[in-house]
Amino acid sequence: MNLEKVIFGFFIILAMTLNFGFVIGELDNPVHHDVYELFFAIVVNLIATVLKFGERTQIGAIHLASSLVADLQLIAAAGVWATAVYLTGTGLTPGVTASIVSLAAGALAANVLSVIMLLVETVMFRR
Amino acid sequence: MHSTLFLILRRMRAPLILLILSYAVSILAMTLIPGVDANGRPAPPLDFFHAFYFVSYTATTIGFGEIPMAFSDAQRAWTIVTIYLTVIVWLYSIGTIFGLLQDPAMQRAIRANRFAAEVRRLRQPFYLIAGCGETGVLLLHALDSRNQQAVVLDIDRERVGELELGQYQQDVPALTADARLPENLIAAGLHHPLCAGVIALTNDDPVNLSVAVTTKLLRPELPILCRADLLETADNMASFGVEDVVNAFETFGEHLGIAINNPGHHLLYQWLTGVPGEPLAMPMEPPRGTWLVCGYGRFGKAVARHLDKQGIQLVVVDEHPPSDHERTVVGRGTEAHTLLEAGIEQAAGIVAGTADDINNLSIAMTARQLKPDLFVVLRQNRHANAALFQRFAAQATMQPSSIVAHEFLSLLTTPLLPRFFNLALHQGDAWADVALSRIAAVVGDTVPEVWDRELSKTETLAIWQALSEGRTLRLGDLLRSPSNREENLACIPLLLKRGSEEILVPDSDTPLLDGDRILFCGEAHTRRQQALGLHDYNTLNYLLTGNQAPGGLVWRKLAERNKA
Repeated sequence: MNLEKVIFGFFIILAMTLNFGFVIGELDNPVHHDVYELFFAIVVNLIATVLKFGERTQIGAIHLASSLVADLQLIAAAGVWATAVYLTGTGLTPGVTASIVSLAAGALAANVLSVIMLLVETVMFRR
Repeated sequence: MHSTLFLILRRMRAPLILLILSYAVSILAMTLIPGVDANGRPAPPLDFFHAFYFVSYTATTIGFGEIPMAFSDAQRAWTIVTIYLTVIVWLYSIGTIFGLLQDPAMQRAIRANRFAAEVRRLRQPFYLIAGCGETGVLLLHALDSRNQQAVVLDIDRERVGELELGQYQQDVPALTADARLPENLIAAGLHHPLCAGVIALTNDDPVNLSVAVTTKLLRPELPILCRADLLETADNMASFGVEDVVNAFETFGEHLGIAINNPGHHLLYQWLTGVPGEPLAMPMEPPRGTWLVCGYGRFGKAVARHLDKQGIQLVVVDEHPPSDHERTVVGRGTEAHTLLEAGIEQAAGIVAGTADDINNLSIAMTARQLKPDLFVVLRQNRHANAALFQRFAAQATMQPSSIVAHEFLSLLTTPLLPRFFNLALHQGDAWADVALSRIAAVVGDTVPEVWDRELSKTETLAIWQALSEGRTLRLGDLLRSPSNREENLACIPLLLKRGSEEILVPDSDTPLLDGDRILFCGEAHTRRQQALGLHDYNTLNYLLTGNQAPGGLVWRKLAERNKA
């Protein structure tokens, strides 16, 4: 067993589960989507991205790309949230909530892809 | 670029993760700790937006203060933690980046990348030069003054550094790298479509050999010029088809031999390979008779072999004299008694050819004291000792680096010139004297410029047009002056090469064909005047017929109608 692989897998899966936890619930109901969960999803996603830095393999490159996509989507979601609540003062209306959650759902897709690649890599790794 | 970026990312992993974690902890706590309002009543904690704002300006030590409103004591306590945590992690991250940029491995990677990019961007033909010692710098200066681009690889960092400080018209991409590694040659543009040739002139024979092998395998069509200090290396290189191998000792030995037996030919060589514009060299006339060769190393052997070939009597002076030579004397030659024992009083010349400059000077000074009219040939090993050798003023000074550089330069700029000397050598002394007097008549008393012309569509468009119209051109037409066709340009055709046929000093009546290569010598401005007729069809027409033909299409048509 390799500790590096454990940590790597842990962060990738945690990024996906946190993201999933934030997304699940009614699309436009702000009560179902906790802001803390979004915060942790962003932090864990960023860490997962940094862990993927410096991989020179083809699969490593796709890993990094999918993580960057997830980061971008989550940060966009946070941006929408901050804009709606503080900059324009619209508040968390159903429309705003829906757009935050759908952005996060896009990130979830990228995170799922990451986990699938992790599994594929593990299956291919015969030794 | 990619490899350096990945190197930075890989090394930045730990600091970046620490940075993310410290931000996350600081922001999270700020969103949980309750604040206080203006009246001292408890207020809700900061939200994520303001927490992120606060931590961002605190971590980067900007410190705007307590925004959006004054903090509670609990928030202030956590702010202390935030400051120490995030500021330290920030400094650590920045320190790591600077450390990375200072890292020798990193700097090497950056330099190699920049070099490869510079080479990729080259848009004119260039020569790849491996080795930039004394020979390399001489060659580089000569190429640079002819507007030839070069790319340099050298193992020594200081020499590459000196190159960057050197005065060159062009930017010469240079890299500190081992030329033995194929990847370095590839980075230096071995696969570049504009690479015109590879020149290996390090002072290490195995390196030159490996450059030659690499080039022959990866780009067989590229010309390779190699320096070889050992005869075995030269043979080895020639065996797998390296076009031109220059051995400084052999070259000098050969010329010394020629100078003794055919002084005219040697003078011809000196005149045609000198620096254009300098005064013509006076004939060097080494006497026949017995010669002393002091130092029987690579140089001594080469000289002895070539003098032997010319039938010159030799006495070899060496601490370990060879057994295969008839007349040998044991000693260094720096002492008078050794030279006397070798028979200096009856000798005509002496070759001071050890690998040590000071010993060579000592031999020469002793010899000149014993016999002032002796012909002295000195071997100079180091360029730095030039002042000493100039002061001594031997009849001939052999400097390996300048010989190799001159040979390479003539091979690169006038590939026909070595062929000319080869053919000329088979002619008698009388022929050489005639050639010398013709050249002297044309160029006066300065070293002439030597150039070759290829008759082809890309090089000489006007000639190509005239030939494809079926007109007959003779060599004499190229010698007419564009300002007055009755006058001749001050230049001499030395050699005409047509396929495998070579005509030495061709006649003015020789008809020209597409693909001919002609070697000329004359003054520099003559070369420019000649070029007018080669590129401009109207000028060529004037040279051929004496008519000032109309240039434009309409006028040409009108002229044809008038004729009809």
